[in-house]
Amino acid sequence: MHIPDGYLSPSTCATLYALAAAGWYSALGQIKRRLATRTIPLISVFAAFSFVVMMFNVPLPGGTTGHAVGVAVAAIVLGPWGSMLSISIALAIQALFFGDGGITTLGANCFNMAIVGSFVAYGVYCVIGRGTDLRSRRRVLAAAAAGYVAINASAFVTALEFGIQPALFHDPSGSPLYAPYPLRVAIPAMMIGHLAVAGLAEGVISAGMVSYLQRADLMLLRGVENPARESETALPPANRQSPRRLWWVVASLMLLTPLGILAAGSAWGEWSSNELASRQTRAHIESASGNQAAPASAPAGLQRLSNVWTAPFPRYAPKFIKNPAFGYLLSAMFAVGFLGLASLLTGFAGRRRWTIGERS
Amino acid sequence: MSSFIESTIRGFARAFSNSLLAEAAASRPGLLQQLDPRVRLAGIMVLVISTVVCRQIAVIAVLFLLAAGMATASGLPVMLLAKRVWAVILGFTGLIALPALFLTPGDPLLTIPARHLAISSQGLRAAALLVLRVETAATLTTTLVLCTPWTHLLKALRSLHLPAELVVMLAMTHRYVFLLIGTANQMFESRQSRSVGVLSGAEQRKMAARTAGVLLSKSVEMSHEVYLAMLSRGFRGDIHLWTDFRMRVRDYLGLTAFIFAGLVAVWIGR
Repeated sequence: MHIPDGYLSPSTCATLYALAAAGWYSALGQIKRRLATRTIPLISVFAAFSFVVMMFNVPLPGGTTGHAVGVAVAAIVLGPWGSMLSISIALAIQALFFGDGGITTLGANCFNMAIVGSFVAYGVYCVIGRGTDLRSRRRVLAAAAAGYVAINASAFVTALEFGIQPALFHDPSGSPLYAPYPLRVAIPAMMIGHLAVAGLAEGVISAGMVSYLQRADLMLLRGVENPARESETALPPANRQSPRRLWWVVASLMLLTPLGILAAGSAWGEWSSNELASRQTRAHIESASGNQAAPASAPAGLQRLSNVWTAPFPRYAPKFIKNPAFGYLLSAMFAVGFLGLASLLTGFAGRRRWTIGERS
Repeated sequence: MSSFIESTIRGFARAFSNSLLAEAAASRPGLLQQLDPRVRLAGIMVLVISTVVCRQIAVIAVLFLLAAGMATASGLPVMLLAKRVWAVILGFTGLIALPALFLTPGDPLLTIPARHLAISSQGLRAAALLVLRVETAATLTTTLVLCTPWTHLLKALRSLHLPAELVVMLAMTHRYVFLLIGTANQMFESRQSRSVGVLSGAEQRKMAARTAGVLLSKSVEMSHEVYLAMLSRGFRGDIHLWTDFRMRVRDYLGLTAFIFAGLVAVWIGR
């Protein structure tokens, strides 16, 4: 899964570098806030460990062997932020000192394996192992599933990156300039090997290590070194940012919502069946679509499905409101209130149920 | 005996061997070794980016010849590059690119009647472009890695304004990678020397996982010790890196040559 230089276009590499850099920046901030001066030795040694584990040949059922990444164990012991950093550093060492993986594709490799892999592994482990004893068999299964799903999620994202290359980057004769296979070839080609071998290797090593740690070193599973397990509320109040500033920003944005009225017509691709039937609107659609002819009438499926659900605030203006600006403002207030309530309820439910790692 | 133990030990030995090879190559007199490490890093990166940006096979071929020439002038044997880089990439990327000859739609160039398969000119160009580009980029990065001691490479990274914490973590990780490879190697060797007969698949998997688990415990314990050692030496979280590189006339000339070559390649190969 280590993408060498030359498989991805410069713009894809730049985009994935930007995404990875945002992840590294956030992770470094999170880890430094929680571990302070312990960050450097812990992450460095763990990255070295991840590097060495990547060199292990893991024997698999059927007689074959595969290499693991160690992302699930890193996410379980260090949490997703710490795992993201340590796996990224291990990948950087591989690329810079051992030539394994490219320099221009380092961002992509870190995004796929360190960022996507860490969060997927941590999420799967938390969901399956939630509320169980640290020594339970379910934790072992959770680790196996976390490793298997994380590697396959990383492979899937890699396949997507490969698969979009021929459509986006080709010469005038249609010859692909980078990875040559479209999504319909890239996805199965990547996924078959990972579903059958690499995912199993990661699952086997993750489950085996968690099983070993349950007997030999339970402290590591408890998350003593795990910054992500520490509750946000454990921070002193002075370190917590006040939400007041956020509310002011939200209020300002709500007041600005009537600006949406200034945009003429519908957004491209969001036409209603009535608009498709109108000659005047169809002329607008054609000019906005590079003079491609619009269908003579709304497609039957669109007409049928458009009647399935009628929004309470169609076009951001309830029928009883005559002033469109006030309608926009009212819609914004309703949406913010609804999302705030949903967020409060989710947070309340999360505090009650998210008790992983507390019952050992 | 257990082939997975042996293949893992071989992998460890290969890592040590590569590291020793890099140290030996870096200390040899050569073209790249005479340049400031920052110029080497920036220059090679410019050429790698140019290789990725270029869209013309002929221009990438010239860049490949330039990379091979630079490697030879820096004291790297051609046979070493051929064995460790070109053959490996031809085997891997070539295998990946091979179906593109038939799967890429386009004008048929050669038809295999028995199988109803046709090689399209677009497919041939796509495969050639991919293989040549990967070969060129890998030759450039291998030349950089083999001709620059890792301590110099790290200092050069710092001069590119990478955060100091990341540079220190890279340095420490590189240091402990070899320590942990040594530890893991000893564990595998001792296990192999005590094993009689053939281990079953399940036993092999258990062994691999336990070794990794022991290594994890040792790593975390070591990180505590390293942290205490750092504290005892006055570490309070502030990082200061010492860089004693000085640019000379030949470094400026080298950097100009790299940038010029990269820009010309991008301009002609756009």
